Amino acid sequence: MELLDLTALQLGQKIKSGEIGVREAAAASISRIRAAEPAVHSFVSFNEEAALTRADEIQKKIDAGELSSPLAGVPMAVKDNICTKGVATTCSSRMLENFVPTYSANAWHLLENAGAVMLGKTNLDEFAMGSTTETSYFGATRNPWDPSRVPGGSSGGSAAAVAAGEAFYTLGSDTGGSIRQPAAFCGVTGIKPTYGSVSRYGLVAFASSLDQIGPIGRDAADCAAVLAEIMKHDRRDSTSVPTAAPGLSAVQNGSVKGMKIGIPKNFYGEGLDSEVRDTILKAAEQFRAMGAELEEFEMPIVKYAVPTYYILATAEASSNLARYDGVKYGYRAKDYADLAELYTKTRSEGFGMEVKRRILLGCFVLSSGYYDAYYLKALKVRALIKQAFDRAFEKYDMILAPTAPTTAYKIGENTGDPLKLYLGDIYTAMINIVGLPALTAPCGFDAKGLPVGMQLIGRPFGEEVLLTAACAYQRETDFHRRRPSAFLKGGDAQ
Amino acid sequence: MMITDELVGYLEELGKIRLDDGEKVQTKNDLQKILAYMDTLNELDTNGVEPMSHAFGNENVFREDEVQPSADRDLLLSNSERKKDGSYMVPRTFE
Repeated sequence: MELLDLTALQLGQKIKSGEIGVREAAAASISRIRAAEPAVHSFVSFNEEAALTRADEIQKKIDAGELSSPLAGVPMAVKDNICTKGVATTCSSRMLENFVPTYSANAWHLLENAGAVMLGKTNLDEFAMGSTTETSYFGATRNPWDPSRVPGGSSGGSAAAVAAGEAFYTLGSDTGGSIRQPAAFCGVTGIKPTYGSVSRYGLVAFASSLDQIGPIGRDAADCAAVLAEIMKHDRRDSTSVPTAAPGLSAVQNGSVKGMKIGIPKNFYGEGLDSEVRDTILKAAEQFRAMGAELEEFEMPIVKYAVPTYYILATAEASSNLARYDGVKYGYRAKDYADLAELYTKTRSEGFGMEVKRRILLGCFVLSSGYYDAYYLKALKVRALIKQAFDRAFEKYDMILAPTAPTTAYKIGENTGDPLKLYLGDIYTAMINIVGLPALTAPCGFDAKGLPVGMQLIGRPFGEEVLLTAACAYQRETDFHRRRPSAFLKGGDAQ
Repeated sequence: MMITDELVGYLEELGKIRLDDGEKVQTKNDLQKILAYMDTLNELDTNGVEPMSHAFGNENVFREDEVQPSADRDLLLSNSERKKDGSYMVPRTFE
């Protein structure tokens, strides 16, 4: 088996046993990055020399028996809105083009201590606002399965890097689907953990009551291994909850026998592509064949998920992004008459159009006279959505739904129509509103050969159930093992 | 809900963002469509529903009041384009 075809856990095992060197693994990834980047553009920045130097340091520590993580020495990448000390963290925005964090995000810090070898920082929609990675100031990322199509977003670079074999796993962030939708579009596995289970310290804030960091990997076991490292309580994030990370062997050896899976009928109606629907329902049958019980149920409130999400997310974003004033860090306008003009010019020149649109929308829903009708209303609908999920989880261990209404669409196809793009978040944004964990895993392909992702939604802190079910599914199927033909073997991508 | 030029101007003021003429027209149209869609929430009866600002409740988190090392001043300042004598520089704010 080629080095680049291994999962992160398989590679970690071979590194541990001495069969593969850390430098050899990093060099293989670098060679794939060189070959793939002109077509895919997953990375905002990558640093070969730093990765190889780091690889040698990690090799020494492994040889000295100082690292016990099953992921020690495995090359990976980090979404460019997660702070990495001493390494530029741009949020794919002109605003932070030259920003070099003076501290590391807790999730990255934990992986670094576990022996991760970071190859570089992956592309995203500017400030994670988008679902195509097209709003990046540094140019769009392309889908490795078809470079004329979007990889999804906002963690498009993180998902494409895994799909193209450029990194064995990546960190992403998910505010309304930003891990799950690109993972689905790129045919890889990703999980948005429960709100509070991974510290958000050092994640550049977009919408603080919704944001969460999580892994994207080649399979569910790799995601479980990453979560085992990063699900740690952190007092620097006051929303961090002390909780036990999923046990890797429990996840790898568990089964879905007797598990009750709810199928929310309203997630399968109007707006869902028929090929996607049929593929997800086949996955449901696979779970049944593996011993799970399936039951359909009604969840009509999904219709209100997108408007609720966009009210809450833009309100919080308008507040969080008030910090970009050109003074302490980030872009600063060149000519200004006074302080007010410094602020306004800096923000007008530093932010792209989608970010501006969301800030203005957020200002609107929070403004005097409209606050009750929009923001307060959305907070109340949020409570209704929570009640709907609470009721569902009285009966079911897990909910099976589509991740996105379609497979990956063409670059440029939906630009200029923000509402149409927002509607694509219907199945994912709802989950962030109530903080639940949700995983996406590949479950088939459409007639165009594009991957379809199913979404498994769990109870609060029910990551282990989701990962166990996905692992069991991946033992019986091989969709997660398929790779885009251009990136099948070795470092010589076409 | 009609989005007027005045409202867009007010939002620019609130968000400290100045749009050019093309962006203004685009924003007006986009906000009109997006808010019309958000208005569908009015179909739901939320009388007596408690607003929910956080997924799992929102309690204060306290720690002991112990002195701990803070960030390095020079390192923090290194990200600012204009600084002087260990401080950030901004235009004169009062005469």
